Amino acid sequence: METCFSVKNLNLYYGDKQALKNINMEIMKNQVTAFIGPSGCGKSTFIRCLNRMNDLIEGCRVEGEVIKDDLDIYSPKQDIVDLRTRVGMVFQKPNPFPMSIYDNIAYGPRCQGLKDRKQLDEIVVRSLKQAALYEEVEGHLDGSAMGLSGGQQQRLCIARCIAMSPEVILMDEPTSALDPISTSKIEDLVLELKKNYTIVIVTHNMQQAARISDVTAFFLLGEVIECDKTDVIFSHPNDVRTENYVTGRFG
Amino acid sequence: MMRKKFIEELEQLNVELVKMGSMCEDGLSVVIETIEKPHFDAALMEKAAMLEEDSDKQEKKIESMCLKLIFSQQPVASDLRLISSVLKMISDLERIADQTLDIMHLLEETENLHGLSHPTLNEMAKASYQMLKDSVESFIRRDVNMAKQVYSEDNKIDDLFLKIKEDVIKQIGEEKEMGESLVDVLMMAKYFERIGDHSVNIAEWVTFAVGEE
Repeated sequence: METCFSVKNLNLYYGDKQALKNINMEIMKNQVTAFIGPSGCGKSTFIRCLNRMNDLIEGCRVEGEVIKDDLDIYSPKQDIVDLRTRVGMVFQKPNPFPMSIYDNIAYGPRCQGLKDRKQLDEIVVRSLKQAALYEEVEGHLDGSAMGLSGGQQQRLCIARCIAMSPEVILMDEPTSALDPISTSKIEDLVLELKKNYTIVIVTHNMQQAARISDVTAFFLLGEVIECDKTDVIFSHPNDVRTENYVTGRFG
Repeated sequence: MMRKKFIEELEQLNVELVKMGSMCEDGLSVVIETIEKPHFDAALMEKAAMLEEDSDKQEKKIESMCLKLIFSQQPVASDLRLISSVLKMISDLERIADQTLDIMHLLEETENLHGLSHPTLNEMAKASYQMLKDSVESFIRRDVNMAKQVYSEDNKIDDLFLKIKEDVIKQIGEEKEMGESLVDVLMMAKYFERIGDHSVNIAEWVTFAVGEE
């Protein structure tokens, strides 16, 4: 199994406040890695470190290394646009652009200079198919993305992400705004996508982590308390704090 | 305290399992009393039958409590281990209750035939009773060492079974007219041996629930 990200001694500060404390973690390729933990524990902050989304936050300072393909993504040599192309992200709230379904998906490739309609068509159809949305929108790709349901919009966002042919898809609570049926469609999709992509997901739904992830990391107060195979975390966790959290006795 | 209702329900599950364990222990006490009495007591047979019936009902009750906890609380880690262990333990306890009643029927049969008694059988009854008691006690105390002690007690009961088997083979050769009763003795011995095995299973589930392999 190959390593996708190798995180070494990662510390992150928002001004004076330390939000991540000495994180060390290997995230493996073609696996689903889930981050769980109470609100404010640092899991969303950490997932945003993996494609440097925290760079946009004023006062945010990162120490340590996040190695991807032998290069520390925080080194000056790292091309940030290239990083975010290879490491895509899907957010909690579906955020389609106010344009057609087709244009949403074609947006990224067009930004990269692709103009050929035939190639764009291919990318749009392939991405929608991979995101398990094509059958539902076939025939009205020119319709507004805003007219889709929440679950469809989220799959559209995943399709938009896939259109850039990323290696990694980061998902920050991708189903917390969705109903159970849309949630299970996204979960099925995650299991399908991991064949071709590495997936990292933040979730407050522990059953979701148990259902779809291979590895689960439990965060608490900016630290990774335990990171192990998901089966271990939910059947025989080693740390009493993990046990207390997953069994709901935390606090 | 978080998940107050869930924790209360888990505690109740413990109580109900211990109750079922006590029913099985009572059943084996009745067997010991029957073996030690000079004549078969029909009242004890009735008591054994009632205990077996109660154990069946208790098994169903605990099973539905476990299923409800699984679908409503989605337990994980130690809670999941406890509930899944309880589900397995009630199957073993139910088998023990059945086998106890089978032994009572055989005791009744042998009494009607020749009033045969067998000292090693009494020893087996007491050993199986002790194993069951210790396995249930290890569950109450969540005591892995005590549970592991049950595993070693199993050797004793296996040896007793082999001794009875040898005795029965020898006796059948000597007293052919006792054949039917002696086969019953062998069957009873096998039931006690199986009760020992079920007690070991219970002890193994206690070890699993506590979190040790």
